[in-house]
Formats: sequence, C-alpha cells, structure tokens
Amino acid sequence: MPVPFAAGPAAEAVSVTGWGRTAPSSAQVLRPSSYEEAVAAVRECGGRGAIARGLGRAYGDAAQNAGGAVLDMTGLDRIHEIDAVNGLVVCDAGVSLHRLMQVLLPLGWFVPVSPGTRYVTVGGAIGADIHGKNHHLSGSFCRHVRAVELLTGDGETRLVTPEDEPDLFWATAGGMGLTGVVLAATVELMPVETSMMTVDTERAADLDDLMARLTADDHRYRYSVAWIDLLARGAKTGRAVLTRGDHAPLDALPDRLRADPLAFRPGRLPAAPRFLPDGLLGRRSVGLFNEFWYRKAPREQRGRLQRLSSFFHPLDGLPEWNRIYGRGGFVQYQFVVGHGEEEALRRIVRRIGSRRCPSFLAVLKRFGDADPGWLSFPVPGWTLALDIPATLPGLAAFLDELDDEVAAAGGRVYLAKDARLRPDVLARMYPRLDDFRALRSRYDPRGAITSDLARRLGV
Amino acid sequence: MKDAFGAPQSLLILGGTSEIGLATARRLVTRRTRTVFLAGRPSEGLEAAAESLRSIGAEVHTVAFDALDTGSHEVVLGKVFAEGDIDMVLLAFGVLGDQARDEQEPPAAVQVAQVNYTGAVSASLVCAAALQTQGHGSLVVLSSVAGERARRANFIYGSSKAGLDAFCQGLADAMHGSGVHVMTVRPGFVRTRMTAGLPAAPLATTPGEVAAAIELGLRRRSTTIWVPGALRVVMAGIRHLPRPLFRRLPV
Repeated sequence: MPVPFAAGPAAEAVSVTGWGRTAPSSAQVLRPSSYEEAVAAVRECGGRGAIARGLGRAYGDAAQNAGGAVLDMTGLDRIHEIDAVNGLVVCDAGVSLHRLMQVLLPLGWFVPVSPGTRYVTVGGAIGADIHGKNHHLSGSFCRHVRAVELLTGDGETRLVTPEDEPDLFWATAGGMGLTGVVLAATVELMPVETSMMTVDTERAADLDDLMARLTADDHRYRYSVAWIDLLARGAKTGRAVLTRGDHAPLDALPDRLRADPLAFRPGRLPAAPRFLPDGLLGRRSVGLFNEFWYRKAPREQRGRLQRLSSFFHPLDGLPEWNRIYGRGGFVQYQFVVGHGEEEALRRIVRRIGSRRCPSFLAVLKRFGDADPGWLSFPVPGWTLALDIPATLPGLAAFLDELDDEVAAAGGRVYLAKDARLRPDVLARMYPRLDDFRALRSRYDPRGAITSDLARRLGV
Repeated sequence: MKDAFGAPQSLLILGGTSEIGLATARRLVTRRTRTVFLAGRPSEGLEAAAESLRSIGAEVHTVAFDALDTGSHEVVLGKVFAEGDIDMVLLAFGVLGDQARDEQEPPAAVQVAQVNYTGAVSASLVCAAALQTQGHGSLVVLSSVAGERARRANFIYGSSKAGLDAFCQGLADAMHGSGVHVMTVRPGFVRTRMTAGLPAAPLATTPGEVAAAIELGLRRRSTTIWVPGALRVVMAGIRHLPRPLFRRLPV
C-alpha cells in the first residue's frame, strides 16, 4: 500500500512488481501530492535513487526500484486546463487516460493515442511513448505532447518542449522514466462527435492473408489491429481476426443513442480473485479459447457500432485481470520488425506455433512512421505482442532465441513490456542507447533516477 | 537484477570449491550470470574453479573467506556487496566429518558443527542484511535431508544441518515481503568428492541435478526444494517411522 508522503523517509519498504507479477523487489513507496514533495523526494533520495510509477501497467520492472524509492505519481492528479476550442489539455502526470476520457469526451475530445488499457497515467504514457491502434496514422503518444514539466535527477524542474530542448524531450519520450520524473504535460487532443465506434471485422485465413489485408487497406481506417491465433499450425498458421474502425459520426448513430452521443459509461466486472492457480491458461484451454474466438468472429462484417471501451479496452472490463495467470505471473513479449522483414515475422510466428506457447492475447499491428524518441519502440513495420505464462518450461531460452531473430532482422523489443531481455542485445536494438546514457549523466550526475530495468539492462 | 524467470546476473558462492556450487554457477552462467564471486579459503582449487568459470565467459573474482572465522564475515562479505548488487548468494560450504572419529574426538565434532551451523548462520545473516539493503536478491542455502531425521550413521553432520535448516526456515519468514528470497535446498545423497567412497543411498543425485533444481526453484521463488523431488514424500514417511523400526533401517 502506498504510504502518505508525510511518513517521510521512515516509510516502510514494500514489495513491488510490474503488471506481469514477476521479479518482485522492495522499495519505499512515496506518494507525493504536490510538485514540492516530488522535488524533495528526488533531492533527498538515498544512494539507490528513485523512479516514478503510475498505475503499474508496465509488464516488467520499469517502475520498480529495489532498495530505493518509488514515487507513486497517482497523487498528482489535477487537470489544470482544458482548451475545448483548440483541443489541448494541461494536466499532472498522475492523471489517467481513463480520467481524461471521463472529462474530455463530454466536451467532444478524445486522447490522441489510446493503448489497450485506459488505466495508464499521462506520465507513464510519455515514459513508454505508448502506441495504439492508430499508430499507422497518428504515431505514438509523444507526437501529440506539446510540453513536459520534467523534474530531472539534479533536482531541477524544467519545462521541456520539442522545439526548445529536442534532446531532452525526445530522450524522455520512451525513456522509461529514466531522464527524470514527469510532473505535468500539455497534450493535444482529437475531436470526436460520439463515443461510439464503427467497426469492420473480417477473418484472415493465415498470416500471409492477414499481412496482405493489413497492407491493402489499413490507410482507410483510423484504427486497425488484428487478434492472431498463435496456436494454429499448418495451413492455418497465423489465422487472425481483423478489427478496424473509426469514431462514429453523429449521423451514424441510431435515434436512441443520439440523445447522449458522448456518453462514457464503461462497465466493469468484479475483480479477478486474488489467488488463482498457475496453469489455468495452458495449451488446452487457450487452444479451445482461440478456436472459439476465431469461429465466433464474423467472416466479414461492416459498420458495426461498438462502444468505445469495448473497442479499445476490452480487458479493462475485468479489473486485475493479470491475476488469471496465477502466482507464477506472466511475461509479455512484444517486438517489431521493419517492412521487408516479413520473412522474419513468418519464421517467428511459425516457431511460436510449433513451440505451442499458450497465448490468447496475441496481437499483430502494422506500424506507421516512427517518431524521434531515442528509446521509443515503434518503427515502421510489423509488431507482434503476446502474453505467455512465466512458468512455461524452457521459455527463457526460447525468448532469448527470438531476441536474436528480432535483432538480426533489425527489429527491437518493447521496454515497457520487457522483464527479461539480455543487456548486450539491448544496444543492438536501440542504436541511440549511448546518447541516452550520456544525456542521463549530464542531467543526473549522481544517478538519482534509476530503476530495476535500468540496473538489469545497464541503461 | 534477476529477470522475470529468476535468473541472476551476479552470483556470490560461499564455499567456492563446492561441486554443487560450481555446477550451479556453470548452469546460471549459460543463462544470465555475468559476474561470479567465489569465496573460500585461498587454494589452487579455488583458482582452478575460477578459471573454469572464466572459460565459459564469466567475470570471476575470488574472495578469501573462512567459514570458521565468523568475526571477519561482515568485513569480507561487505566488500563484495560494495562492488555492486549481488542477485544471488549460494551458501554451499559444509563438511561431512567422519562420524566414527568425531565421536571419539569432540573437538573434531565441534568443528563440523561450527562450519556447518555457526559459520553458516553468521554468513547468512550478513548476506541477508546486505540483500535487504539492496531490496532484492535470493539467498540459497544448501541444507540436507540428513537434517530431517538424525541417523545413527551421521548424526553429527545431520544435527548441524538440522540446525541450519531450522535457521533458514525462520530466516525465510523474517525476510518475507522484504524483497529478499530465502530458499532452503535439501538434497539427498549427492555424488561428489565429499561423499566419495561412501555407498550411494537410494535416490542418489548429482551436482548437476541439484543445480537444475535450484534454477527451477529460483524461477518459482520456492522456499524449500528437495532434490530429487521424490525425497519430499520419502522423508515425510521416514520422519514418522517409529524409532525402533527406524533404528533397524539399513540407512
């Protein structure tokens, strides 16, 4: 449990993990409720430093700091300013995208980039430079950030914009919180007429069919993603269900919805129970689920109206869904390989299929142009994300082999999902790593900002 | 830092010439381990052990460490932890003694107890405190099934391991929630130098199998592991055997 900041340095250490619930480490969790408290926490942190943490949705150890301080930023949750004419919001780093949607949708505005969950903070969205189903058109989150209030490791607070301080800005974008603590940000919004989506669904018979469909008409949709069945083998390898769509215009709504076109009332089930056994999601159960999910999807369906929450964030309907993997937790593996490396993608999908990794949340997406973030993940090409129970025997070595395939194809894995990459592979995947290290030592000479991820990977 | 599968990047082995210790190090070096500290009494054997790990790509340091010199533990081990985070400490030192002789020579028996129990208690406490400060890490302690029920044939060794085992169970609970993971390993008869010449007991195992079990235990964050796993059931039975019967068992 987060302790109030007033408890000061005597606050007791608690065990912290990422969303995948692997590799716990203990840290003092401080919850600053003002910028001054955050500044004091960074200035007074001990030798093991401090790292900002939002809603803990990073899968690995990005927001953990063994033996040091973890700043729970959700106490900084004020929305300072909304420019409903030009579509700009100025808010604290601890404000969640969920909260932004609640406040902004009634005004006809939506977040520029929405990942698979609304329960991420603005600070976390900047630190991971998150992407969503609209990456092929809109890029990643930081493309839409106008300014960041950044508390660097030297204890100074700086207003960082891409124009005035491009280095610090683009190192912070995707920098996993290691350039400093984001205190507030100015984010550009996107206008919407309704809170409904019009969605086209189609099935793809195999991986080549899927890639052909995505390449052919992704540009006609604002949002595009494919759920892929990684347990299917043989001729069915890579069969998938594509869902693509856009915000529904007002005139597409039936009369009963027109009265309140911007309503945002996502439903939530009770939370997943705390103690579930390992192995609930084995090959058999996931295989059955995947078969069902594929067959349930319509072969082709156009213009279905769907609620925004079920289109973007189906898993948010089950709070604490990460518990379904049991005590052993899970890892998520997400990589991207560039256009022209389709053969590498095919090879990896085949390998995952023949290894029978029980993954029911596998997603394939075609990325558009990259943004300049130094450690930002997306590059133009194909990204595949899959969840795997961490207790699967031989998984560690298997993922190491996939890393090599990905790196050899000039691709990379996503640090916000990572809990197990080898340090030597990181430099091959992120060529600006040395620049990043140099910038960190410039703004943070005593190394006050650090995390388990930074220690593990030698960032 | 350990990764999602509990594989450590840096390793400290107390008892740097232990065959189980080295088998574990070799296994972990093929995973994530890059830095290994081998602590033991300076000897050619220790240097040879270091060289064997260097040859498979690890950066190895040897540390002069004497389990019996408990007064020096804090300083000697403190220096190791000052070099950087240690993700895993493997407490692998121990002596079997010679039961027949030790019964005749109490000072020799005391030495077995001092190495296996007092020395291990001191080193464990020093390491646990250092791990707690860094907020993460595993302390893996080699106990033995011999500590589960004292046998006529080796109760001096067995009693020292019984003490260590009980100590570790308590330490694991003391460290619960502190980010530090304490794991007790209870191997059966392991074919090593220490047991050379002794008749192998049923369910005998090898250092390599113990190493594999330790790696699995790290991944699962187990608190107690048996090697081989079947010993858990066997020993549960043996523990409850009536004494007259147990005394007559040919073990």
